[in-house]
Amino acid sequence: MFSYTVRRLLQLIPVLIGMSIIVFSIIRAIPGDPALVILGERATPEAVQELRLQLGLDKPITIQYLSYVYNVLTGDLGSSLRTKAPIMDELGPYLMATMELTFVSIVIAVVVGVNAGIIAAWKKASWFDYIAMLIALIGVSMPIFWLGLMEQWVFAENLGLLPSTGRMNPREPIEAITGLYLLDTLLIGNWDGFWDVLKHLILPGIALGTIPMAIIARMTRSSMLEVMKSDYVRTARAKGLSEFWVIYKHALKNAFAPVMTVIGLQIGQLLGGAVLTETIFGWPGIGRYIFDAISFRDYPVVQSGILVISAIFVMINLIVDLLYAWLDPRIQFK
Amino acid sequence: MNPAIQVHSETVRGIRKGSSPWTEAWKRLRKQKSALFGLGMILFFVLTGLLATVIAPEPYDVNHPIYNPENGLKSPSSEHWFGTDDLGRDIFSRILFGARISLWVGFFSVAGSIVIGTLLGLLAGFYGKWVDTIISRIFDIMLAFPSILLAIAIVTVLGPSLFNALLAIAIINIPTYGRLVRSRVLSVKEEEYITAARVIGMSGSRILFQHVLPNCLAPIIVQGTLGIATAIIEAAALSFLGLGAQAPQPEWGKMLSDARPYLTTAPWTMIFPGVAIMLTVLGFNLFGDGVRDALDPKLKQ
Repeated sequence: MFSYTVRRLLQLIPVLIGMSIIVFSIIRAIPGDPALVILGERATPEAVQELRLQLGLDKPITIQYLSYVYNVLTGDLGSSLRTKAPIMDELGPYLMATMELTFVSIVIAVVVGVNAGIIAAWKKASWFDYIAMLIALIGVSMPIFWLGLMEQWVFAENLGLLPSTGRMNPREPIEAITGLYLLDTLLIGNWDGFWDVLKHLILPGIALGTIPMAIIARMTRSSMLEVMKSDYVRTARAKGLSEFWVIYKHALKNAFAPVMTVIGLQIGQLLGGAVLTETIFGWPGIGRYIFDAISFRDYPVVQSGILVISAIFVMINLIVDLLYAWLDPRIQFK
Repeated sequence: MNPAIQVHSETVRGIRKGSSPWTEAWKRLRKQKSALFGLGMILFFVLTGLLATVIAPEPYDVNHPIYNPENGLKSPSSEHWFGTDDLGRDIFSRILFGARISLWVGFFSVAGSIVIGTLLGLLAGFYGKWVDTIISRIFDIMLAFPSILLAIAIVTVLGPSLFNALLAIAIINIPTYGRLVRSRVLSVKEEEYITAARVIGMSGSRILFQHVLPNCLAPIIVQGTLGIATAIIEAAALSFLGLGAQAPQPEWGKMLSDARPYLTTAPWTMIFPGVAIMLTVLGFNLFGDGVRDALDPKLKQ
């Protein structure tokens, strides 16, 4: 396991270097003069020159890249062109908001998806199987931003059940301790606040979680069907174990490895999908931070936002791979 | 000619025709109702797209003299089946024209990904060594980004337009096909007929394109069909964010983002474009699942 971990970490090096080059290029690859494009045609030559200096565009490209990497490694992501504040300082609250939303979505997706997949495989060719797989098929075919809008229309506008935008009731703001409001309200025992935050999380959480839920359900079903044909499942049944135990203890344990890979990949897609969901639900997360930055041509923010999300994605995949190798040791020797 | 021989040769031809893997696959595909239903949905949208100029009651662009802002946000009626949008445009007509854009983007972006991805995958798998290392690392790096973010990055650099969105979607999906082809090549390479081809002195590129490539086609077709579904959603997402289609193009994602302010007052402006995306994508997903089962019977449970 140790040598596998080391090998996996070494593989990460070229990926991280490549990622840094791509993210670095976002500003430099703008056709024409990036400084002029960012500021627009009416900018004064002095302002353009100043921005060029600020972004370091006057230096040779290799020096620019090396200093970019050095800055990122020392925690300096540059400054926002719009607010002039250091991006590193701005990023924190946005990142926490996204983490909270992503976490809730993945919990919804895993709990519902895995169980629906198990039951569909268990009761194969039953009405539950057909309906669950039909819903899963529709789920993967739906644009999540449209689902989000429909949720707002039905549950917020028509039924008035749930709030449609934001993270909390703006008249009763919540003091940030960790930035994860569910946790913050629990820490100080603010139950009304907790309930309020949870209500704000439901609609965006479902919108963001639907595609992963559908994919996880399909994957769990096919993986379970495969495992349930195996000898040890038959043995477990022959021992007289109840069907519930056979399925949830013996079969699921072995069926879970491929499902976990899918979950890991889906978390990455969730982080990407957050750009859309957060835009619709007015969620002050990093996806929205990037989206707003695009409209203001705030390229350093776009750059850093993409870098941070992708770095998290890489870490999650690393963890998933290591867990996978731990669950299924054969993988270490491939 | 001796009739017995004639019958015999016909039987031989018959067997040949019947046993080609593609005809076999088509036979299996025909048995799957859901796949045929999906194909029907695809054909339906292809036809609406092709015939949009003929069927659509009104043109899609507001600059046309028949448009009148006073006609804006009318609910669905016998005159405007899907209602009108804020500028008084007939949503039904715009959706018909939108089918063209979505299918066009879906098809061409996937075609682009397939061509480049297959080429890179063939090179990586067949030549191995440093060629493989470089190409595989590039794929790893691209897959290290959540795909929609990479697309956003590309469009941010190139500037927002439908064509750049298409290009971005084509680029982000290259590794999917590249990896698929590479792994297929790695297993095909070990087959005896490849050794045989080498022994009779066939050149590397001829082996690659005559023997290796045809063996990669089935998984490419499966992935490509499902890929069109994903590409259509990705294009709609980019347009929704303002990074793809620009006004007055009747792109479905763009229509949704234009209609956002009217969610409560005129929900039909939101509902129909979304349903159109969903049905088209559903068609490709159903058909793609069917094609997979038909081309690879081993996978089917």
